[in-house]
Amino acid sequence: MTPSTVEETLAALEAHRYIADKGLAVSVFLALKLGRPLLLEGEPGVGKTEIVKVLADMLSTRLIRLQCYEGLDVNNAVYEWDYARQMMQIRLLEASGERQAERVRHEVFGREFLLERPLLQALKSVDGKAPVLLIDELDRADEEFEAFLLEFLSDWQITIPEVGTVRAERPPVVVITSNRTREIHDALKRRCLYFWIDYPSFEKEYRIVREKVPGVPEKLARQVVAFVQELRKEDLYKAPGVAETLDWAASLMALDAVALEPQVVEETLGALLKYQDDVIKTKSMAHDLLERAESNAVSPA
Amino acid sequence: MTPSLPSGHLLAHVVRFTRLLREGGVVVTPGQTMTFVRALEQISLLDAGSFYYAARTSLLTRREDYDRFHALFVRFWREFDSENSLSELFKDALGLLPAKPRPRPLEVASVPRSGEAQSDKPPVPLVDRSLTYSTDETLKQRSFEAMSAEEIEVARRLLQDFDWRISERPTRRLQPAGSGALLDLRRSFRKALKHQGEFVRLAWQGRKTKPRPLVVLADVSGSMERYARMLLHFLHAFAQAQNRQGVRTVEAFAFGTRLTRITRPMKKRSVDAALLEVGRLVKDWSGGTRIGGSLREFNRTWAKRVLGRGAVVLLISDGWDQGDPELLAFEIERLQKSCHRLIWLNPLLGTPGYQPLTRGLVAALPFVDDFLPVHNLYSLEQLARALESLPERGGPRRSGLAKAPA
Repeated sequence: MTPSTVEETLAALEAHRYIADKGLAVSVFLALKLGRPLLLEGEPGVGKTEIVKVLADMLSTRLIRLQCYEGLDVNNAVYEWDYARQMMQIRLLEASGERQAERVRHEVFGREFLLERPLLQALKSVDGKAPVLLIDELDRADEEFEAFLLEFLSDWQITIPEVGTVRAERPPVVVITSNRTREIHDALKRRCLYFWIDYPSFEKEYRIVREKVPGVPEKLARQVVAFVQELRKEDLYKAPGVAETLDWAASLMALDAVALEPQVVEETLGALLKYQDDVIKTKSMAHDLLERAESNAVSPA
Repeated sequence: MTPSLPSGHLLAHVVRFTRLLREGGVVVTPGQTMTFVRALEQISLLDAGSFYYAARTSLLTRREDYDRFHALFVRFWREFDSENSLSELFKDALGLLPAKPRPRPLEVASVPRSGEAQSDKPPVPLVDRSLTYSTDETLKQRSFEAMSAEEIEVARRLLQDFDWRISERPTRRLQPAGSGALLDLRRSFRKALKHQGEFVRLAWQGRKTKPRPLVVLADVSGSMERYARMLLHFLHAFAQAQNRQGVRTVEAFAFGTRLTRITRPMKKRSVDAALLEVGRLVKDWSGGTRIGGSLREFNRTWAKRVLGRGAVVLLISDGWDQGDPELLAFEIERLQKSCHRLIWLNPLLGTPGYQPLTRGLVAALPFVDDFLPVHNLYSLEQLARALESLPERGGPRRSGLAKAPA
């Protein structure tokens, strides 16, 4: 179902258990309506990849994911030939007496020997529905790939020398994410709608935890979220994202904790913090954080 | 859904608004304006919140502009929007405003600040460009602080013509090669087809190489004043040489008590304009030194963005640090571990009898891969050579256990 208003988008995302801000809903809605790629940035663990999964669910279409890395090339992003089978085909043709070079070439470069990689797959609609294409962590790819992508995103077609040009029946819904370890080229960014996903507010994060960690007691959820919200204000190397909050809440549940206590917090900090320096620092002020969280959990600021 | 173009009246306002954004330093292209206009066809114009977000998502491309956008938006639309829906808009939008915007590489606009430029002298006019520079050994060996104005001018020109090259690193991208370790199946197969499917000759591919990114952290505190100007010249010459080679891999920062990014000004072609801009940006020129704190700021805000891809870090400082040596040791260890090579350039190292015994240096040196002098042209030449011949992978590094060199 494609939503026809911003409100519908917001409601549809929530129906698929994604708690979004209005700003994000507007961006998603416009990306769908205008057929523009959506560029999502934000700290790790704020739900950039998650929303794409939800989006595919919401539109009941396929999700095609392309994970970027340095050196990502056409062979891995677009298409590759199945060389082993092609060679076999050549031998078969040979055995059947086919020697005409032109005919062999034609036989060997048939569609059945083509291995489709994500970008080529994304051009195909199934049941009249274009897929959702997630280009994940584009900042990890190099400039060469970005240049290729720029062309792909404007033409929605790919040329395979031996086969011809493949065009999209319908352009896919494209979402690009970046963790900003490198600047994405300006030309590419200007082709996209942009949204920065921030850490959620207390209320929102609380709802996310209740939604995503089944059976979490209300009190524990409030305390966990209040603690994390306080922790984010501290000067850490890597502040915990929403993903970490969920991990932590799940860990506490697994340990049968009903409320946050200094002992339990210390034992489970590993689920929340990924740097030893941060863990040490947090341990030293756990007491203070707990107190602040305690007062906020009752009446969030 | 009945899309209809916004009436001429609104369209005019949209165009005026994008112009205002541009004046405010936010780069908006006509294409983006068009996207915004098309977006307006899709949303309810009565809903201020949607209107605001539609403008933001279609006109901006980076989070740093969010604050500026908000201020300009409010100012502009207040003119004709009713009080009521405006307060509604605030309610919606304010919660999303970033608490602390973070700068980012390549794009941080140098915000012009008031305050006078620190460049005290008018630039020395270049008289004769064709003047062949003196390659006089004595000039090369002369310490920067002992140079006369004319000699500095000659040195400057020497630096400008210097062909700086930084050693390359192998990337993960493959390219066709005459020989190599990796088989290029695609090309091999095409070749084989010419010979009835016989692989007469195989095609190979090898790794593409690219110059390593260079990150320079220059101390511009009081004790470095005698060298700072010359070192900035050097920095500028380096950045320009990189520009000529078509690579933009130099990130530059100045620090005293705090860190300032000066990559942008260094891209200016004229060295005087560049230095003027640096003087305007750097607020703690010729003040105290807190190397540890500055490195901490660098590690937090910048390291992830500029130290990727095997960067080489040049730290230029005399090591007179007023901060906490423990903090310095901690941060410099982190810095060393996140870069390919950490090179400390110390102008005092050229002074006969100098020993690096300041508390800061003693704390930091175990984590410095190379400790080199930088007090005259000759030492810069040496540095250039060192940069050209960095080991491709790893190479021996200090572990933090080594003692500081005597």
